[in-house]
Amino acid sequence: MNDAARPAAGASPIPDDLCPIATTPSPMLPGDWRSLRPVVNRAKCVKCAVCWLYCPVQCVVERPAWFDFDLATCKGCGICAEECPHRAITMIEEGG
Amino acid sequence: MSAVAQSVPEPRHVVCDGNEAAAWAVVLARVDMVAVYPITPQSSLVECLAKFVADGTLQAELVDVEGEHSALSVLQGAALAGARTYTATCGPGLAFMFEPYLRTPGLRLPIVMSIVTRDTLTPQGVWGGHQDAMSVREVGWIQMYCETVQEVLDTGIIAYRVAENRDVMLPVNVCHDGNYLSFGTARVELPEQSMVDEFLGTADVNWHAALDPARPMAIDPLTGGSGGAGPAMFVRYRRGQCGGMRNSLAAICAAHEEWGRLTGRYHAPLIERYRMDDADFAILTIGSMTGAAKDAVDEARAGGQRVGLVKVKTFRPFPAAAVADALRGIRAFGVVDRSVDFAWNCGPLYRETLTAIHGATPSVPSLSFIGGLAGADLTVEHFARVIATTGQLLNVEPMPGPVWLDADG
Repeated sequence: MNDAARPAAGASPIPDDLCPIATTPSPMLPGDWRSLRPVVNRAKCVKCAVCWLYCPVQCVVERPAWFDFDLATCKGCGICAEECPHRAITMIEEGG
Repeated sequence: MSAVAQSVPEPRHVVCDGNEAAAWAVVLARVDMVAVYPITPQSSLVECLAKFVADGTLQAELVDVEGEHSALSVLQGAALAGARTYTATCGPGLAFMFEPYLRTPGLRLPIVMSIVTRDTLTPQGVWGGHQDAMSVREVGWIQMYCETVQEVLDTGIIAYRVAENRDVMLPVNVCHDGNYLSFGTARVELPEQSMVDEFLGTADVNWHAALDPARPMAIDPLTGGSGGAGPAMFVRYRRGQCGGMRNSLAAICAAHEEWGRLTGRYHAPLIERYRMDDADFAILTIGSMTGAAKDAVDEARAGGQRVGLVKVKTFRPFPAAAVADALRGIRAFGVVDRSVDFAWNCGPLYRETLTAIHGATPSVPSLSFIGGLAGADLTVEHFARVIATTGQLLNVEPMPGPVWLDADG
């Protein structure tokens, strides 16, 4: 557009009622609203990494002899517990 | 399309149909990205664009997507990356596009899209009618309906000027009638490229929201909900959208005025008044039917009837004040629609007209006429009937509508 009053590119403040945008990241993580949490039975874990492969948010963390979870990003979907061939993962309720 | 086969650079005139005229507008607007999927009666428009890209007439990226949902989604990304964008569809294709179509005005993306209007299914049919465009009239796109092939070309360019206006920032539908404009052939004047360049300026469509690593941002984050900051945030954006629509009325007028100054072709931006000055009663039209309607008005005038015509070009936003002003002092009117309003058993333009004059013109008798559905022609004879019937409203009791013009046959 060649409207005369237009400020130089990048210089104009963007009206806050146009396209919805966010320029600061939301501090909320899946762990803030998760309702179930995975717990590993280390005696049963053989470190096959099936949970690591299936986790949709890649929150599975490798430990020396088992796999654990980053609970800040885990959303509690339970896919790891469903897929674990050794039934080493249990989903337990948060809070309670 | 054959007229451009030996494409001379910047021919002054072409003889072409409305679909090719729409493609010429895309060329002259220097559109960066086109994403289209063919559907009757729009298909030859897509073929024409593909040929223009292939022979270098149009320096654009053409994405031959797998469907209309993708077509508009591709353009949303392209516009956010800074491209001037174009697509075209109609009927079932528009239906398949509906999800991104809903989202586009809220993203405030100045995408231009032709609707080569087609009646909607079912009953089965592949022919023209306004039902498709009318079915999406409440989504937040600007909609302009063309009367002639030349107006298809000119409006296709004007649309970018309106859409990219910083007080508007909304997508625009340029509607041209399936069959009667899409395949109707006329002599068309091509404006000089340099003049169009001056008129449109360089595309700057993502100054407000961008897919740009230098300006990281999330597009369309979550708003609304039942509490917190969400509801007010949603209202702020929604109200902004309504404001853009309001602002577009002035932008549409200014763009048409400027275009007239540059080309000598002053198309009526919102409504056109034809022989309304001393009219006792009026008929209202929209789209390509208007040519035949004007001929019928001329004949009726020659026969001594004081009838005038109001053509609505801009249907969204609805130019309520202009319509009310045009009908001031009129003692009866009839509105001809090429589509139906299922809720009110009349035509959509008829209902809009009633709303526009509410409070302005006290209880004037009026009638809704519905014709030209699914490819049916609207002839001078049809409009002679419309004028005769509307004229009777001056003297006899109000009659129930709608009048279905093609009910017998």
